Amino acid sequence: MTAEIIRLEGVSRHYQMGDETIRALDGVDLSIFRNEYVAVIGASGSGKSTLMNILGCLDRPSGGLYRLNDTEVEGLSDSELSAVRNKEIGFIFQSFNLLPRATALQNVIQPLIYAGMSRHERRERAMAALKQVGLEKREGHLPNQLSGGQRQRVAIARALVTNPAIILADEPTGNLDSSTTAEIMALFDKLIESGQTIIIVTHEPEIADHCRRVITISDGRIVGDTGSKGGAA
Amino acid sequence: MNRYLESLALALSALKANLLRSILTTLGIIVGVASVITVVSVMQGFTDSITKQFENMGSNTLLIKPYVPFKERIVGKRARLTISDYEAISRAVDGIDMIIPVVFQAPGQLRYKGEQTSLQYYIGTVAGYDELNNFYPQKGRFLIPSDDTYRRRVVVLGADIRKDLKLPADPAGEYVEFNGQWYKVVGEMEQQDSTLGFSQDNMLIMPFQTAVALLRDKASENMQFMIRVKNVDEVPRVHDQVSRLLRKRHHIGKRDTDDFRIETSEQIKERFESILDAMTYVVAAIVGISLVVGGIGIMNIMLVSVTERTREIGICKALGATRADILIQFLAEAVILCLLGGVIGIAIGYGLGALVGALVPTIPEIVVPVWAILLSLGFSSLIGILFGIVPASKAANLDPIVALHYE
Repeated sequence: MTAEIIRLEGVSRHYQMGDETIRALDGVDLSIFRNEYVAVIGASGSGKSTLMNILGCLDRPSGGLYRLNDTEVEGLSDSELSAVRNKEIGFIFQSFNLLPRATALQNVIQPLIYAGMSRHERRERAMAALKQVGLEKREGHLPNQLSGGQRQRVAIARALVTNPAIILADEPTGNLDSSTTAEIMALFDKLIESGQTIIIVTHEPEIADHCRRVITISDGRIVGDTGSKGGAA
Repeated sequence: MNRYLESLALALSALKANLLRSILTTLGIIVGVASVITVVSVMQGFTDSITKQFENMGSNTLLIKPYVPFKERIVGKRARLTISDYEAISRAVDGIDMIIPVVFQAPGQLRYKGEQTSLQYYIGTVAGYDELNNFYPQKGRFLIPSDDTYRRRVVVLGADIRKDLKLPADPAGEYVEFNGQWYKVVGEMEQQDSTLGFSQDNMLIMPFQTAVALLRDKASENMQFMIRVKNVDEVPRVHDQVSRLLRKRHHIGKRDTDDFRIETSEQIKERFESILDAMTYVVAAIVGISLVVGGIGIMNIMLVSVTERTREIGICKALGATRADILIQFLAEAVILCLLGGVIGIAIGYGLGALVGALVPTIPEIVVPVWAILLSLGFSSLIGILFGIVPASKAANLDPIVALHYE
């Protein structure tokens, strides 16, 4: 029995640009279950980034319903949304987005600070996460002392460390060469094996092919969904 | 609480990363606090020295002097005290232990063997002035009653004169020329504490009657009486009695104001202190302005810093930082900056105060009062919060999506 982690019902996101209303998302229905390995693809401007922002609780839908891990996101206060981001979501970005003045270990520790964890426990969990991505020997390095692949692995460790319900990766290999890309994708595969749920936003077909389910977005609507296990197409 | 302590650590690391900029930013605060500490410590030094000066004059002493309001003085009205006033008070008022007349006159030229100096003032008085003012000769003698009786042309010099005129180590017995007349030096007074940094020892003292003869009718405008009351409790009664007597003698109508003023040593001290207080307030206001300017500098750099770190703020928000986390981190940064400036400012201010103390020997000792330190630190923190709140809330209210994509 697989649990439904994400449920979107008629979610839309409209922006006002002068007199014009831009419908970045227009009535999206979507269900994602635990341990799914999902790729969201679409041309630029299709709305996939907006979907990612809404799934990641960085943005609120203009309309519709979003339930994340049984939490109704609608109506949460700003600080409650922060807590949801902290506990339920692990972000991975194209440009890694590590804190430049913090070491690899400090970067991984950062979300645990916001979780209010004790100093000792933080360190232990962060070291475990670094070990999981094979960087336990680089804990003291600053981001600019690491290669692109290593930086992204630190970012993955940081995303994992809070034990989130989903990992949201936005073009995670966009800044990496092909061999490093393979490395990172292998790491994702390993995470899936250990039971993680991963959503990758990408425009690269090879990455999408790697995933088990591919959702295609165009003009703010879902126009294709392979291997859906219960979500509306 | 724990997570806010971490915000503090983050703020510290951000400041360390831009150490030079941080220190330059706090320059305004440093200058402001350093001036507070310097001024307060020097003022405190002055106040202490003045307070000590008036402690010499006992609290049972009254000073009577002619007084006309400035408004009437400029239309030519003059107030006078006369020798017969003096005699009437001595005769009619009970409870007086000692009363002496003093004429004050400024300034004059003093010569000795080709050297000359300008006096700040000179005094004509009688024996007993030394005792009443707790101000004694260090060489030779003070005036004696017969000096006055015979209007002797003798003078007691202030402590600075001998050096200025290159007089011998013991000037007693030498002759000096004062305003064209020759006087015999009989003694030299001890050093006095300075008033507001000015030496009071560039003066001389001569017999009262000698001075009166020299000044003729101008003497009564510059006449003062010093009274020592036998019993401190009787000061108010003596005060009243003298006042009534003088009003009668000067034919002052019931509704008219006194043409004299009776001051106790306490009042004189208070007047000095109120002048000092006023100066302190003025300086404090100037310093306050410089601290505000310093605060604006801090705000300016903090705003730059928020812009520079927009992306970082976005990352922290994505990782689960709340508005409060970001707000506190940047507020902490501003307060730490200001406190850093405050601490450096206190150190510099203390150094400058000590320097002034070393250069002006009459300020006994530089003490930085604890309240000034606490006030400076408190005010610096306040400035930090006040001017940090705008950049901090700007940071806290950043939209995470926009911040994350900021280049």
